[in-house]
Amino acid sequence: MHYVIIGNSAAAVGAVEGIRKVDKENPITLISDEPYHTYSRPLISYFLAGKVTEEKMLYRGQDFYQKNTVTTLLGQKAIAIDTDSKEVRLENNEVLVYDKLLVATGGTPFIPPMAGLEKKNVFTFIKKDDVKAISKVVATGKKAVIVGAGLIGLKAAEGLSSLGVDVTIVELANRVLSAILDEDGADIVRKHLEKRGIKFELNTSVEAITGGEEAQGVTLKNGKSISADLVIVAVGVRPNTEVAENSKIAVNRGIVIDEKCQTSIQSVYAAGDVAEGYDLIFAQNRVLPILPNAYCQGETAGLNMAGSESIFSGGFAMNSIGFYGLPMITAGIVKPEGNGYEVLVELVPEQSLYKKIILKDNIVVGFIYLNKVDRAGIITSLIREKTNVVDFKEKLLKDSFGYIDLPQQLRKSKLLKGDSMSCW
Amino acid sequence: MKRVYAREEYCVGCKLCEIYCIAAHSKYKNDLVKTFKKEANPPISRILVEESRPVSFALQCRHCEDAPCTKACIVGAMQKNPKTGVVTNEEERCVGCWTCVLVCPFGAITRDERGHKVASKCDLCSDNSQMPACVEHCPNRALVYSEYVSNNGTK
Amino acid sequence: MSINCLTPAFLIERDKDRCIDCQVCVRQCANEAHRWDEEEQRVFSEDANCVNCHRCVVMCPTKALHIKKFPLEFRYNANWTQEAMRAIYLQAETGGVLLTGMGNDRPYPIYWDHMLLNASQVTNPSIDPLREPMELKTYLGRKPDFLKIKNGKLLEDIPPQLELELPIMFSAMSFGSISLNAHKSLAAAAKKAGTYWNTGEGGLHKDLVEHGDHTIVQVASGRFGVDADYLKTAAAIEIKIGQGAKPGIGGHLPGEKVGEEVSQTRMIPLGTDAISPAPHHDIYSIEDLRQLIYSLKEATEYQKPIFVKIAAVHNVAAIASGIVRAGADVVAIDGFRGGTGAAPLRTRDSVGIPIEFALAAVDTRLREEGIRNKVSLVVGGSIRNSSDIVKAVALGADAVYIATSALISLGCHMCQKCYTGKCNWGIATQDPQLTKRLNPEIGAERAANLLKAWAHEIEELLGGMGINALESLRGNRLMLRGIGLTDRELNILGIKAAGE
Repeated sequence: MHYVIIGNSAAAVGAVEGIRKVDKENPITLISDEPYHTYSRPLISYFLAGKVTEEKMLYRGQDFYQKNTVTTLLGQKAIAIDTDSKEVRLENNEVLVYDKLLVATGGTPFIPPMAGLEKKNVFTFIKKDDVKAISKVVATGKKAVIVGAGLIGLKAAEGLSSLGVDVTIVELANRVLSAILDEDGADIVRKHLEKRGIKFELNTSVEAITGGEEAQGVTLKNGKSISADLVIVAVGVRPNTEVAENSKIAVNRGIVIDEKCQTSIQSVYAAGDVAEGYDLIFAQNRVLPILPNAYCQGETAGLNMAGSESIFSGGFAMNSIGFYGLPMITAGIVKPEGNGYEVLVELVPEQSLYKKIILKDNIVVGFIYLNKVDRAGIITSLIREKTNVVDFKEKLLKDSFGYIDLPQQLRKSKLLKGDSMSCW
Repeated sequence: MKRVYAREEYCVGCKLCEIYCIAAHSKYKNDLVKTFKKEANPPISRILVEESRPVSFALQCRHCEDAPCTKACIVGAMQKNPKTGVVTNEEERCVGCWTCVLVCPFGAITRDERGHKVASKCDLCSDNSQMPACVEHCPNRALVYSEYVSNNGTK
Repeated sequence: MSINCLTPAFLIERDKDRCIDCQVCVRQCANEAHRWDEEEQRVFSEDANCVNCHRCVVMCPTKALHIKKFPLEFRYNANWTQEAMRAIYLQAETGGVLLTGMGNDRPYPIYWDHMLLNASQVTNPSIDPLREPMELKTYLGRKPDFLKIKNGKLLEDIPPQLELELPIMFSAMSFGSISLNAHKSLAAAAKKAGTYWNTGEGGLHKDLVEHGDHTIVQVASGRFGVDADYLKTAAAIEIKIGQGAKPGIGGHLPGEKVGEEVSQTRMIPLGTDAISPAPHHDIYSIEDLRQLIYSLKEATEYQKPIFVKIAAVHNVAAIASGIVRAGADVVAIDGFRGGTGAAPLRTRDSVGIPIEFALAAVDTRLREEGIRNKVSLVVGGSIRNSSDIVKAVALGADAVYIATSALISLGCHMCQKCYTGKCNWGIATQDPQLTKRLNPEIGAERAANLLKAWAHEIEELLGGMGINALESLRGNRLMLRGIGLTDRELNILGIKAAGE
């Protein structure tokens, strides 16, 4: 039995740990086009801001591969999979034969068409190498334009701004974080960032990156021009399905997987940002590029690869993020469209406080917690478990909402569960 | 594994568990007076008494078998000890992103923002003693440290 | 609002060096004697609210609290004491009867402390209870006049007996006056120790039916909770005529304490006052009492001993004699220091007589009448320790009833505020916020420990006297000597003076 894993981030690590829970012996080979020990992708903005060292970015300890007897092929890119002969071809033409394969190649930046993308000092922001490249041109007083006010864009903005860079963010949507916040929430976040000197151009996009060999600014569709020493394109990520594209593995937006995280082809699994697994809220397969989901899919894939039947019932969008001390936690549907939704809201803009809980048929399907995020996980679990909240709906928004507000029987069944305790 | 179970029918809502938890994690371990009077910024309690009179109970990390916080942790700081089953956060590595807060179904992870932001949670006093401080000091046996307690509180 | 002359009774002292403002005291005081001040970020005391129950003192994790008598001096007056004046201030304020809880606290003589026990020296050996068997087993019930034995077999039917492993039972306290958790504690402790607890006049809660074989159920003037199952579940039945704390007075459980559980257990509507009349309205004579005794015997097929409980009053000996003749198997006598959940202060403090005298008088009278064997005597009303019990047995008691000491074992600190329903120890209250403070698991252990400890001490005292069975001490007044008593008192007690 030979396990091959393509990828080296959360899903891949989850798979290694999943496999090793069951099979301590058979070899695992892990391939990654990045030449690094596994590190935490979400930490790149911390790395940029100098808040963590490269060493502290490690997602698992230095002995991780050794401890789990993983052979690594780091800095090598897998370019094709032949599912008939069970082979993975690397860029250097080497061929690896697998018995079980996991594709965990993550996401790749989505770059919208605009002129001047080829210029120097135009970056993306998802990998450690991106940070290393950006760090070389960054200095106090420099000016940066970030395209995209999503999670990545704002995190990059925070990182750069804390280094004394003058940052302007250009966003096509009418608000920041449009994927995880509604207008009211986004407004609070934008104002919070504006207070720290970050500027925004909303409802517009970059027409062209201007300058000579090096980027010197951008022109916007709204007619404005902004000068810049660097441009970061952070519009979003899409599944990095390249390696599977010419194979028999079914690819929709991402690689389609079932509840065991297996693809359309037996013995081939996929997990993480590259995969399209089940979304519990939308009740359909969706790409959910978030770390907890990646790990869980990876672990599930690993367990199944090693022969232990395991099911990941599905994930849903959820994020915890903060900017300059303003924390926010959101999950599920945050801006419901259509009928049948009930929305509970508490909004105190002057305290940057916002709580919004979205229900459908008395089941929580999404929420936004801004600033006061404590115990948000209880709401997340209500979503996951599809708990009918009709008996305590009016208490959901309470500051002190907790287990005390659940009916006694439900509370006891959760708190006194004992050894079978398993939350996901 | 042994866990702390709350028996709400006997919780008197005194919050001594919180007080002793704070002391147990302070630099003046188990010296209440020094913890609260000398430590400039005493630790925050890792156990929370929830109360809506007359019901009250203490709640802390359940040290889940399949702990979501360990899976969601973006830096790999939250780990479940495979031998003891205790879930602990390696505070050195924690960056305070609160993803664990997002996924903890018990709301048992708190934000400790006294210094370097870290997620703070029950460690079952694994460094200190045989018995978690909260259980040891519960005056009414409303907290028990045991393998398993059924719903009516009997073993 | 007009002036209120009442000054605080107690002073709460908070040691600032120790107080960590953790607010445990605030959360534990049902009387709101501690208060958290949000603005000052510290705890303050409201001395006037303090009843000196010590809950905060015990719970305070840094032992920062002390309660003292409020140090206000009244001008010295041997007649108009502070206490006398405070009572008037309170009544001038309220226009009401003064209420109190627990037993008579006046400085009347405590005769147990005026009796001393004997010990063996040289002429008869003392016994070491750790090395030799010691018998505390006690049977309560009517004993036959003669025993006829044929071929090694007893010829007559022995009337029903209650078998006790030790001569101590928990006396009657109703569910209503004390919490269900207190009942659970006592019932489990009684079972563990091989003795009995008593429901009082409040019925038997369904959760306690399982302890029925260790339960004495009470039938009192209100007949609360009485039905056929109640009688049959029990090990014995007690007809309550009176109680030491308030002889001649009935009981009144206010409607607000009659919640779901109390209402079901007492078999009365939710929220209605539970009034126990002063007399049983069907008992106006010994003959009437006999009817009730025999009704109960009939109802339980003569399988269970019937107790009759009376308060120790002036002519207790004659009354007891009548009760025996009415057919009771056990007479329980409650002395004037007996406790209560609520009693008018003046009744509690001024009515009745000491149990020591009542016991001696009853035992003597029944012996003189030749009917002592027809009944067992159980005495109660402030049995404080094991030597009180040994002295009681030597004076003629078969067993004792304890209640106040049982409650103290559960945590009671004798603040005497049972009637307020705000017992901070979770005992004399039905407030769910407070009742959970008494974990019956802990309560049962503590009450059982008390019985165990006292049993050991009784064995020690018996051994010292060279007696290896409690039975041999019963009514053995030669083992007692009086100290500091008048001839008249010695005479009533039927004991010699020390040195005689």
